[in-house]
Amino acid sequence: MRSSDTAPAVSRADRWFVREVLPLEAQLMQFLHRNWHNQAEIADLRQETYIRVYEAALKQPPEKAREFVFTTARNLIIDRVRRARVIPIDAAADLEFVEVAADAPGPDQVVQARDELRRMRDALDQLQPRHREAIVLGRIEGLSRRDVAQRMGITELTAAQYLKLGIAALTEILSLAPEKKQ
Amino acid sequence: MSAEDLNPLHLEACEWLEKRDFANWAQDDQTAFDAWIAQSPAHRIAYLRAEAGWKRTEMLAALRAFHPDRAQPPSPARRTSWKIAAAIVVCGIAGTATYFGVKQNAPQYTAYATTIGGHKTLALADGTKIELNTDTQVRLLNGDHRKVWLDKGEAYFQVQHDAAHPFQVMAGHHKVTDLGTAFFVKRHAANTEVALVEGSARFDDTAAGDARSLTLTPGDVVIANAKTVSLSRKKPAILSAELSWRHGVLIFEQMTLSAIADELNRYNQKKLVIADSAAARVKLGGTFRTDDVQAIATAAHEVFGLKVKDQGNQFVISAAKGAGN
Repeated sequence: MRSSDTAPAVSRADRWFVREVLPLEAQLMQFLHRNWHNQAEIADLRQETYIRVYEAALKQPPEKAREFVFTTARNLIIDRVRRARVIPIDAAADLEFVEVAADAPGPDQVVQARDELRRMRDALDQLQPRHREAIVLGRIEGLSRRDVAQRMGITELTAAQYLKLGIAALTEILSLAPEKKQ
Repeated sequence: MSAEDLNPLHLEACEWLEKRDFANWAQDDQTAFDAWIAQSPAHRIAYLRAEAGWKRTEMLAALRAFHPDRAQPPSPARRTSWKIAAAIVVCGIAGTATYFGVKQNAPQYTAYATTIGGHKTLALADGTKIELNTDTQVRLLNGDHRKVWLDKGEAYFQVQHDAAHPFQVMAGHHKVTDLGTAFFVKRHAANTEVALVEGSARFDDTAAGDARSLTLTPGDVVIANAKTVSLSRKKPAILSAELSWRHGVLIFEQMTLSAIADELNRYNQKKLVIADSAAARVKLGGTFRTDDVQAIATAAHEVFGLKVKDQGNQFVISAAKGAGN
């Protein structure tokens, strides 16, 4: 983060969040998918979980990040179930899984380059062709927005759009890729 | 994934990333960015998340770090467990899809070949795909595309199974018959290697008759020469690494420099020559573009302190310590 005025508590929370919380995302998403019936609200729940976790970390980063994240997500789901006029049976029933998810082994910190490559390749394959082209030119060949535009025969504005959408889709797909050891 | 599926906040965060990494980032941008971040914790979190994901992709393009203008000195820790991350060429992957019908009065075979560094996909009318690796030639019988000769090189076969018309690959004295399959066949100077990725296949030594017929299951690797046939097993991950050429890269897991040179030299006119045994024994791992000989040469020099001489048509790598190039 480039912010020049980051207070120590903020940068501490940032570091903790990136190091401890973000790597749990694939598991968190699995957990949310399993425990929340409305798939359209999953990204929302994730964001809300993150905000609560992050705000707690501003005061003091919790020692056990994994437990804290899953407990927060669980509480959010319980809140929503309670607030809902019609309680979906499956949502309520599956809340027992919370403990299981929290106990699951963490993602391997050392991800083999091979696995990472495969994930990346699969993720790239899922992009729309023009977005993928822009990302390959920009990220792998290291071209600037202007050069990407020139190479693809499009305006810089369009190139910026393609790059942005490529980044957005790529990071979203990767965040769902479970980091499992072979 | 289409743009509509993406969260608006995530898109905003990615817009900043795009600007930061691909356009000129001025003081005004920094000010606007700081203001955006300060607006809400949701912004900060969306940005942290997008940035972390984006950083992950950087690792995969890290070969760029070995270009001289972007070189970073390797840290001592990296010397022991060093992985070169990957750069991959997606554009090159697609290859050429070729349809071939039956010609009247045509020669008996049609040959398809790649040159050094080439990569071609043949799509047969029945749905079978044949991917040719570098410096490879196959011949197909006209009018019967269920029989293919691998004259040299390496090819990956994804076979549309048809029990009534088994697909056969002939490699010298060896024959692979698909029983519903994806497999690859590699011809070296003296031997033939067959690895079964999916399904099932039969391997025959046509010179030896039934005595050397094997039914393969996924993970089986047969290495056969004129005299012997040996069977071993490889994990799916290893096989998939061996097929990474299909995506324009080679994956090495702690392989010796001499083995890496042999492999990479199959793909490139500019060769790697390992001058002494001390250099040949150096081990490294990582993912490399098939056409990036320079990356190995640079890694050998910068990470392992080997001496690298660029002689135009080849890199000569030796263990002599010193100033290097």
